[in-house]
Amino acid sequence: MSKLALKTEGDAHVIVTRRFAAPPEAVYRAHNDPRLIQKWLLGPEGWTMPVCINEAKPGGKIRYEWTDNNGHGFYLTGEYLELEPYSRIVHVERMHLPEPTPDNHIETRFDADGTGTAMTMRMTLPDAQTRTAMLATGMERGMEASYARLEAMI
Amino acid sequence: MTTWDLDAAFAALADPTRRAILARLAKGEATVTELAEPFDMTQPAISQHLKVLEDAGLVTGRVDGAKRPRRVAEAGIEALDQWLAMLRKALEKNYDRLDEVLASMEQTRKKRGDKR
Repeated sequence: MSKLALKTEGDAHVIVTRRFAAPPEAVYRAHNDPRLIQKWLLGPEGWTMPVCINEAKPGGKIRYEWTDNNGHGFYLTGEYLELEPYSRIVHVERMHLPEPTPDNHIETRFDADGTGTAMTMRMTLPDAQTRTAMLATGMERGMEASYARLEAMI
Repeated sequence: MTTWDLDAAFAALADPTRRAILARLAKGEATVTELAEPFDMTQPAISQHLKVLEDAGLVTGRVDGAKRPRRVAEAGIEALDQWLAMLRKALEKNYDRLDEVLASMEQTRKKRGDKR
């Protein structure tokens, strides 16, 4: 049973939706409080985020640094454009691998859904090729997790 | 796909140019000449990448006079599907962790006797 939906829209958009049991205020806070972000925005098993800068105000900076604690790592930088507590965040971000990827413009909405929250992230990439590259990068990270699980099973 | 094919497919997909070529072919047939232009690469370089994709069973071609247009093979479509499924999995892992973070936030709030 998966609560997550990921789909592409048009040439350059990616839409991610997910429902949470907690109210919008809590989900919103978990997206911009560094101490909370460091607990969950980690990707595959074994990765940590030693550096988490998140200035939740328009123009505020975002910087996340990840490591697999085995010599591999990469980081993300971004800037906030708009914040509407506790319902909407608009920001841009790019990965540094270490070459920066093109900007990903993201609008995240937190809508009350019963006692929980329906979250909708709408990503806008510059073009279709960039979107493909971004999804491919995500695949690599997902693949690492799959291989790690496979190793654990053998 | 057998396990063996899957290994070859993942090895072939380890290169960003080959992933981009596969994504382009997913939209429809293209010749080496047509592929070389948007990728800003020489035709021999594109041919080399196509050979790896073909050997992995992700891309197939047909003969049309002097041309040999390539398209995504059945296994290539599966690989592309898997591509999205794996990204979904990495995201799911994050959000499963977020569920736990939210649950512990709720616990803390209750302990404090916050009635909001």
